[in-house]
Amino acid sequence: MPTKSLLIYVGGRLLQAVPIMFVIILINFALIHAAPGDPVDILIGGADATPEYIEGLRREFGLDQPLWQQFVTYISKIVQFDLGYSLRYREPVLSLILGRMPATLLLMGTALFFSSLIGILLGVFAARRPYSVGDYTATFVSLAGYSMPVFWLGQIMLVIFALHLAWFPTQGMYSLRAPSQGFGRILDVAHHLVLPAITYSFYHLALIYRLTRIKMQEVLALDFITTARAKGVAEGRVVYRHALRNAILPVVTVIGLNFGFMLAGSVLTETVFAWPGMGRLLYEAVGARDYPVLMGLFTVLSVMVICANVITDVVYALVDPRVVYR
Amino acid sequence: MTTITHIPAEPSWWRIFSRNRGSVVGAVVLVVLFALAIVAPMLLRFEAGRIDVGPSMAPPSLVHLMGTDELGRDVFARAAAGLSVSLMVGFGAATISTFLGVVIGGLAGFFGRSIDALLMRLTEIFQVIPRFFLAVLLVAFFGASIFNILIAIAVLSWPEIARLVRGEFLSLRSRQFVDAARVAGASRTSLIFGEILPNALGPVVVNATLMVGQAMLLEAGLSYLGLGDPTKASLGQMLQEAQQIMRSAWWTTAFPGMFIFLAVLSLNLVGDGLTDVLNPRARGR
Repeated sequence: MPTKSLLIYVGGRLLQAVPIMFVIILINFALIHAAPGDPVDILIGGADATPEYIEGLRREFGLDQPLWQQFVTYISKIVQFDLGYSLRYREPVLSLILGRMPATLLLMGTALFFSSLIGILLGVFAARRPYSVGDYTATFVSLAGYSMPVFWLGQIMLVIFALHLAWFPTQGMYSLRAPSQGFGRILDVAHHLVLPAITYSFYHLALIYRLTRIKMQEVLALDFITTARAKGVAEGRVVYRHALRNAILPVVTVIGLNFGFMLAGSVLTETVFAWPGMGRLLYEAVGARDYPVLMGLFTVLSVMVICANVITDVVYALVDPRVVYR
Repeated sequence: MTTITHIPAEPSWWRIFSRNRGSVVGAVVLVVLFALAIVAPMLLRFEAGRIDVGPSMAPPSLVHLMGTDELGRDVFARAAAGLSVSLMVGFGAATISTFLGVVIGGLAGFFGRSIDALLMRLTEIFQVIPRFFLAVLLVAFFGASIFNILIAIAVLSWPEIARLVRGEFLSLRSRQFVDAARVAGASRTSLIFGEILPNALGPVVVNATLMVGQAMLLEAGLSYLGLGDPTKASLGQMLQEAQQIMRSAWWTTAFPGMFIFLAVLSLNLVGDGLTDVLNPRARGR
């Protein structure tokens, strides 16, 4: 793999993201001005502000200037990573969001890892025994998996496993009495993570399972698999070395393309379990009509989605020799 | 000597649809849910939004089939009313976004070239923007009313249909039967509406069915975050209220959520069956 052309490829993909970023900033800007009421009320975001603060905001965003000049001011702020200030939290929006990001990434990462692993294994299992009882069961469960509102599943899990059986804590990420560092801390966080992670995994597991099953069935019917079997390659090796390799690529793509939906699922799951991530922040910001935080979250989450898309494309280009990157 | 070949008649669409047992069950459940949403307000003993029709947080019983909530409202009556709101938003949003998608995708696929390039660029941008969060922004900024929620979901859901329709148009517009019509002097309008569109509708119908379910889930998610119309309780909103009291009243979350789940599941099952009917290549799997 020549490194130079790969760099050019990544650069090109990033360049393609520029117009999308522009549209996202434009949407934020348009919302500030199109929403009913004074734009300055939006920038305050449902908190009590002193007249001096309001005056300061007006000057900062140049609200007495022509619209195009305001837009230039707005863009230049965002380009300098200034996403505004939350009066309610008395903190810049960006640092507020970045502070909540690790919790979200921990939840998403854990869930994605396990659901991809189990989803792929189940998909292989079902593809090897198509139309068996196991196949039908897995297919029906996966259909249920993505017909279910994730927050409802979370509530049901919470009622059964946290409230009635009391196996897991009901909310949050740590308990107050648990050790605040070391191994005890890790165990405590893991204990809190179990229910939200299982809840969140379900949809994703369903998706990965379904896709793997379809792809595996396609690949297993191809000639090179027959050839491998005819050569006397062991069946396990045929399935896991020859077939799975080819079936796994689309799975990678789907994770990348669905990243936006996955973030939405994470937000709803965090809300159920009061998991202190970006989703919980979104819920609080909706409740308080904290518009700067809402716009900041939209911007940051969009950037995350764009990054996920670029990473997916690069991984795809690295793994699949057939992709010619221009 | 001539041989007479007998071509078996194409089985009726119901025969094909009903081969998939899941789809039939889905269709039946869907009809029952619709009937419930329409008829329940007239038949049920309790008014949907009325407080103190029973004790606070009474468990399910013969009087209150799904129990009561904190304010003594009948959960069954409210859930049935909420179901009608959710179904309305789902079908309304899916209809509008399908229409948008067919128009945009059809224009791009039929005219090609610069129009295609421009519209597809727009479509890509809309596909990358995380739509759930944009819907949250739109509803938070413009106010939580059923109308705003419906429009926000519709405006954000068209890209898939547009891509699908564009692909169909691209492949259909150079087929022989379209060329024949063109040579015979058909106008652009009659080419689009008379020749191409009818042949592109199969996948569109399937996708629209699935989109109703997606829209219902989106609506439920928005209301759950506190962006539901405060004047008309939807199922998602009931789940938000249940969050506080479900430790002592599980029925306030279990039943409304079950309605959403059943509605979306049956829509997905029906979508599967419609795929068999409308896409002959996918049959016999």
